[in-house]
Amino acid sequence: MNPFETLRFAVGGLAANKVRSALTMLGVLIGVAAVIILLAVGNGSSQSVKDSIEKLGTNSLTISSGGGFGGGRGASSTSTKPLTVDDARALADPSSAPHVKSVAPEVTTSQTAIYDGTSHTVGQVVGTYPAYFEASNSKVDKGDYFSADDVLNSRKVAVIGSTTATDLFGTVSPVGKKIDIGGTPFTVVGVLATKGGTGFQDPDDTVVAPLPTVQNAFTGFGSISQILVEATSADATTPAQNEITTVLMGTHGLKDPSALDFRVSSQESLLSTQSDTNKTFTVLLGAVAAISLLVGGIGITNIMLVTVTERTREIGIRKAIGAPRGVILGQFLAESTLLSLIGGGLGVVAGLIGSHFRIVGIKPVVIPESVWGAFAVAVAIGLFFGGYPANRAASLRPIEALRHE
Amino acid sequence: MRLGLGRLDALRGRTGAHRRADGPAPEAEEGPWGPPPVIEVRALLKTYGHGDATVRALGGPPDPLTGASPGVDLLVEQGDLIAVMGSSGSGKSTLMNILGCLDVPTSGRYLLDGIDVGGLDEHQLSLVRNRKIGFVFQSFNLVPRTPALAQVELPLAYAGVKSAERRRRALAALELVGLADRVDHRPNELSGGQQQRVAVARALVTAPAMLLADEPTGNLDSHSTEEVLSIVDRLNASGRTVVLITHEDEVARHAKRVVRLVDGQVVSDVRQAPVDGPPPALRDPALFRAAAPQALTGGAL
Repeated sequence: MNPFETLRFAVGGLAANKVRSALTMLGVLIGVAAVIILLAVGNGSSQSVKDSIEKLGTNSLTISSGGGFGGGRGASSTSTKPLTVDDARALADPSSAPHVKSVAPEVTTSQTAIYDGTSHTVGQVVGTYPAYFEASNSKVDKGDYFSADDVLNSRKVAVIGSTTATDLFGTVSPVGKKIDIGGTPFTVVGVLATKGGTGFQDPDDTVVAPLPTVQNAFTGFGSISQILVEATSADATTPAQNEITTVLMGTHGLKDPSALDFRVSSQESLLSTQSDTNKTFTVLLGAVAAISLLVGGIGITNIMLVTVTERTREIGIRKAIGAPRGVILGQFLAESTLLSLIGGGLGVVAGLIGSHFRIVGIKPVVIPESVWGAFAVAVAIGLFFGGYPANRAASLRPIEALRHE
Repeated sequence: MRLGLGRLDALRGRTGAHRRADGPAPEAEEGPWGPPPVIEVRALLKTYGHGDATVRALGGPPDPLTGASPGVDLLVEQGDLIAVMGSSGSGKSTLMNILGCLDVPTSGRYLLDGIDVGGLDEHQLSLVRNRKIGFVFQSFNLVPRTPALAQVELPLAYAGVKSAERRRRALAALELVGLADRVDHRPNELSGGQQQRVAVARALVTAPAMLLADEPTGNLDSHSTEEVLSIVDRLNASGRTVVLITHEDEVARHAKRVVRLVDGQVVSDVRQAPVDGPPPALRDPALFRAAAPQALTGGAL
């Protein structure tokens, strides 16, 4: 018996029960396609997060309060000094921080906005300087930004995000209208262009107003939430980061660079946090897909057991005319492997076709390793799960197999 | 394919004409019997179950004094055409399964073509079935959905014969049974008689030491029965050893020797024609046709 003949017998065996073989292959097909598509979706979502973070601007840095990794050094570290507007002013000095292009201190709060009886809870009310718009890559779609003059005079003006605008105003143009935010009336001067995003927070549900106005109305004039800094170029983020650290160590009176009470994070570090989250997400999706592949494999075992039972008599005949154990074993193993091979192959095709479509707003990006991996695992599953039924067929006693009806 | 035991090397390349047993047992009997027998069975016993529930399928009831069963002894010479007869339950199917190496005896010795089958493992038994025995079953037992030619090629494929050689020999075997024009037909496209002829072709394609036929005509009409039996006659006339298991006198008429089993014991052993020479049906065809089956029953017993 050469391999070609074994294969021919196997094809014949599968062709004898076309519907059954097709359904079994479908199980493997779905498993393989699921692995490919779900991993591609996970990969695609992390790609899109990466893109949207890059959209925020790769040359911006965020300074927030608190020691980044100070958990273990709590006892020896000095008390945390909050970030203040003075810190931001110090950073804006071009002689001490030449790589900083602009500085925008931020205070953030959440308030309810009301317009003409419509109430909407704004996810983020930001009080800041006009430099914020450039540093955070926020562009106005309708109307205009507020000006430095508005900040100096603490005018009650606001630029609102597109989600906030739709929720409050519907189709009416919000520019020039007065809205009530947390009891304070604001005049809308502009609407930001839609950013879109896949994070937990909608970046378009926001109200941006001059810093002193927001401090006056909501947060008070103490500390600020964070400082947004724009470096002169994408390559200048590292020197800018060093300059910021030096300047703030000076203003905070710190000597030890390992015990800082503030944190400077670039988009890069945000990116890595996000990709960690996405990795978990992708692994979960992959696990679900792997389970469906396993179920497909069990389907093979099941159908091969049925086939062995059904063909017991045929096995008896073959044994009676001298088929050795190995040949019978080979024949049934070949059948189950062929099932998984064809099923896996079609699954790869289905997976590749399926990943051309948008799935829940995410454009899947196929990981080449997942294609090879899923296919190889499918074939291995065919061999492994076909082994038990094949072994059972091979160890049938000819006399009993022949008597089987 | 490799053989595990040295004595099994005899399986390969030995033709029907020259047989020399390697084992010590057949050596002793070689003198008076000429060539070693194809089948040599000594004190064969087959029981099922244990203790009081023991069922003796073969070997007869135990001796009331010693408690031992006599067992079955049988010698089949090369070139013989022997019919094993008996009613249902007489143990003839059990005997056939043991002779065909499909089942193992509880006790006793079985030498097939000089090889002690008792000591062989599973793989070696499959080789013995492939090379030494050609099976013909009552229910044809063809592999479903397989054309006649592939059907006949199958034992050769298991024996590792090359494709071209296999095809040549399978075609020759099919021609011998008169089915050269049906090589591409599947079992469900053939009549019962044709299916059984395919089975005969499959049984003889490996040139086995013996053809073992279990009720070969049991499922056939009288015309097909005649066809199959005439093929058996011709095969035997050309030197092939044939063992027929049957309960029909009409079939037993064709045998050179008739052995009757009752309750697992041989009760009669009648020779109808000499081992050397054509089978009864070909010795004097006219007389054979004229003789009524009843005449045989009356004369033989």
